Amino acid sequence: MHLAIITLSSLWAVNVFIISSKLTLAFLPFLGSTLYLEIDQLSAFFMLVINFTMLGGIIYARGYLQPYLQKKSKTEMAWHFFNYLWLHISMLLVVMIHDAIAFLMIWEIMSISSFFLVIFESGEKKTIKIGIKYLIQMHVGVVFLMLGFILAYVQTDAALSFTGLSVYFSSHNPFWLFLLFFIGFGIKAGFIPLHTWLPHAHPAAPSHVSGVMSGVMIKMGIYGILRVLMVIHHDLFNIGLFILIISLITGLAGISMAIVQRDVKKLLAYSSIENIGIIGIGIGLGVIGIAENIPVLTVLGFGGGILHVFNHSLFKPLLFYTAGSVYNQTHTRNVEELGSLIKKMPKTALFFLLGALAISGLPPFNGFISEFLIYSGIFKSLHSASLYTDIILMFSFAGLVIIGGLALFCFTKTFSIIFLGTARSSKVEQASEVSTSMLVPDFMIGFMIIIIGFIPIVFMNLLSQIILLFSTDVSAIQQITPSLNYISLSSGVFIIVVGLVWILRSWQQKRQTIMQNTTWGCAYTGADPALHQYTSASYADNFVQLSSQVVNVKKDFKDFDEREIFPRSREFATRSSDILEDNLITRPGNRTLFWLKKIAVFQTGKIQHYLLYALVFLALIFLLNYFNLI
Amino acid sequence: MISLLLILFSSLFFVGIIIRLKAKIAARKMPPVLQPVYDVIRLFRKGAVYSNTTSIIFKVAPLIYFASALVAALFMPIGSLKPLLSFEGDFVFFAYLLALGKFMMILAAMDTGSGFEGMGANREAFYSMLVEPAFFILIGSVALFTDNISFHALFLNFNVDSNLAYIIGIASVYVLIFIAMVENSRMPVDDPKTHLELTMVHEVMILDNSGFDLGLIHISSWLKFSIYGALISNFIIQGSWAFYWQIAAFLGIQLAFSLTVGVLESFKARNKLEKNPQWIIILSAISIVVFLTALIITQKIILN
Repeated sequence: MHLAIITLSSLWAVNVFIISSKLTLAFLPFLGSTLYLEIDQLSAFFMLVINFTMLGGIIYARGYLQPYLQKKSKTEMAWHFFNYLWLHISMLLVVMIHDAIAFLMIWEIMSISSFFLVIFESGEKKTIKIGIKYLIQMHVGVVFLMLGFILAYVQTDAALSFTGLSVYFSSHNPFWLFLLFFIGFGIKAGFIPLHTWLPHAHPAAPSHVSGVMSGVMIKMGIYGILRVLMVIHHDLFNIGLFILIISLITGLAGISMAIVQRDVKKLLAYSSIENIGIIGIGIGLGVIGIAENIPVLTVLGFGGGILHVFNHSLFKPLLFYTAGSVYNQTHTRNVEELGSLIKKMPKTALFFLLGALAISGLPPFNGFISEFLIYSGIFKSLHSASLYTDIILMFSFAGLVIIGGLALFCFTKTFSIIFLGTARSSKVEQASEVSTSMLVPDFMIGFMIIIIGFIPIVFMNLLSQIILLFSTDVSAIQQITPSLNYISLSSGVFIIVVGLVWILRSWQQKRQTIMQNTTWGCAYTGADPALHQYTSASYADNFVQLSSQVVNVKKDFKDFDEREIFPRSREFATRSSDILEDNLITRPGNRTLFWLKKIAVFQTGKIQHYLLYALVFLALIFLLNYFNLI
Repeated sequence: MISLLLILFSSLFFVGIIIRLKAKIAARKMPPVLQPVYDVIRLFRKGAVYSNTTSIIFKVAPLIYFASALVAALFMPIGSLKPLLSFEGDFVFFAYLLALGKFMMILAAMDTGSGFEGMGANREAFYSMLVEPAFFILIGSVALFTDNISFHALFLNFNVDSNLAYIIGIASVYVLIFIAMVENSRMPVDDPKTHLELTMVHEVMILDNSGFDLGLIHISSWLKFSIYGALISNFIIQGSWAFYWQIAAFLGIQLAFSLTVGVLESFKARNKLEKNPQWIIILSAISIVVFLTALIITQKIILN
């Protein structure tokens, strides 16, 4: 079934790119009129991304769910796959349907099916709680979207659809309506401060679900924002600036919080937030480019952002799948209990490394290409932009660089704590390489990552077709072509140099004695050096000291007393929490709950009291009326 | 091609000059200038010891580190001499390529499972994260100033013809010298000659490397010095100078740079480790000043 959908919809999507125009298909009779599937290049792009990720997800799920087959009943498994299928279908429809009511309905199906997927391990109370949190936040998002559509409809009487919005936008200040849509879609995408569901839902869900959710489902939010941006044609500067600022904060805070995480899937969830930030930076710059009439910024900003959507849908599922494989073998997501897994699971380790390199934006992999496009857009437009824009541009590339550096910090930590060094707990001992079906999607994704990294040029035609929807002048893509060719060349040279030195070293080492020994413990042989190896918390420590304003890490440790001559053994623990979540969701939530509980004294459950309330109410009405107050 | 050869040539002497000068200042017997080269040749004739804890990562990392430094050298122009590879946005590739090498070295250090090497790896990741913005803002300012975004065109059009351009030149050279010090783990961020592993950065990362691998790592750090020296010289050498003057100036600047490093290392005390982040961030602040100056020169900020 999945395969049939993938084939059909991919055919449509490919067709759109071949004929380079919009494809419209009659779909269903709906509310008295025919509902059309409208596939333009943007939809087609997202459809291909969705299909590729779902294909990987479905293959991975076969292996990943093996241990659950005994635990779960057949009905539960069937229900799970039913929802997986519906998540797929609904995401495809979301990008194809332009009619507002149908769109919101499909959006709803997407949220609900993903909700059921998240609570797969419903045996745990915590999972249910997280699932409900997710469901509530999604519905808050839908309310904003609905408000947006209704507001535009009421004020203009145009059709209830994305195209109908253009009537509103052309005659009103677009910012406030855009803000409504941004909040609605931003909750899905996970822009800070709307991200609070993300770091909980991803770890709770099984890996094939979190891979798909992080890889493509949160991108539906990005799709929505792009779709709305397509119909806004004036006053774009403020909107662009707004997106840019939010995205910079999202990127920086997302990766900072990722660094302090111990749960590997939570870490990946925060890193998704960071990548949404990078995508947002691209889009924000693109919008500023339109507003300031700098086509090169528009093209490369949107180009980088959209390519990063694809790139992130490659390496993030890859990381989730490999992290899932580790969980599958060791039954823990806590990185502090892992270590040295590269010896037990070499293939998984290398794929995780590939994902880590790509997500840190390092050449010659795909993450670098999208960041390179954004950088080129910024640097090329520096000279011609105005002072104000220049300062914005400087902050955005400085932000991007810091995000890149933090990502490097984060992923060197993650990879080395999970896979390198020596084992930190006995949970690692039983681990062995996962089955082939769990590695197949890794191979597929790895192949794409390398293709984009080495020959980015083949994707540029596709990209320029999408950007044409936003900007009429896509000559910047032609201008960047030689650079991309040179990148391919340089990457090739790099690989050749590595290969040559490798050969040289094998030749040299063949004639010498190569020995194995223990790690050098700086002349101290009293204890195994592995006992004091670095942990995730210690690796993050100097960063935590620097950024204590952003990340909240509490240490539970009683300091030594001066009079304590022979200190007794002590415990040390660190906890981290999301400052934004604490202040924006938990604290106001608790406060509301506190007051609501006080109000609850009225709810006595006695019928006499309720009758009394009615009487009081009537008396109140009478009195107010009597004194002419209402 | 000539620029690559010049960079390779000057890299041979760079560290030698530093240690010679340091020995001179400390009134020790001076080693020959080519002493580091002899050391590496000796390393190349040796076998190697690998830790039981390590994996393939540890073996691949030095290769990638070396290759990243060598390929980065291909991007570096000298004055009007064209580099082998040059394209729009090449400095982004340059910076990220060096970061790739660093990424692998950090992993290799963590691969040994030693607490000391973890410490070094962690600091390396942390400091390079902090220093990266300074480099980008600096190059960004020059890009803004000259409207070019490849190293070669950037420096070719960087003409020091007004008083404000001198500010850019001087501040850039200052910032670049210290970026080079941070990137190469030298004073005042790290003392390569310290005897306490707890306070090292780069040296402690490569404790377990030996033989051929260690030789490669040494060569990479010469190369990196030489590349940064070339970068600094580009701010000073003008494209309009005669060919032989440019080469002479390049060699002179490399010599001056290595002497500066030697003097700095002899007389400057290392920062307290916890002060390092602040100190490194100052470099970014100076780069922002350069950026503002570039805005003034391009008449985007109009004074008076």
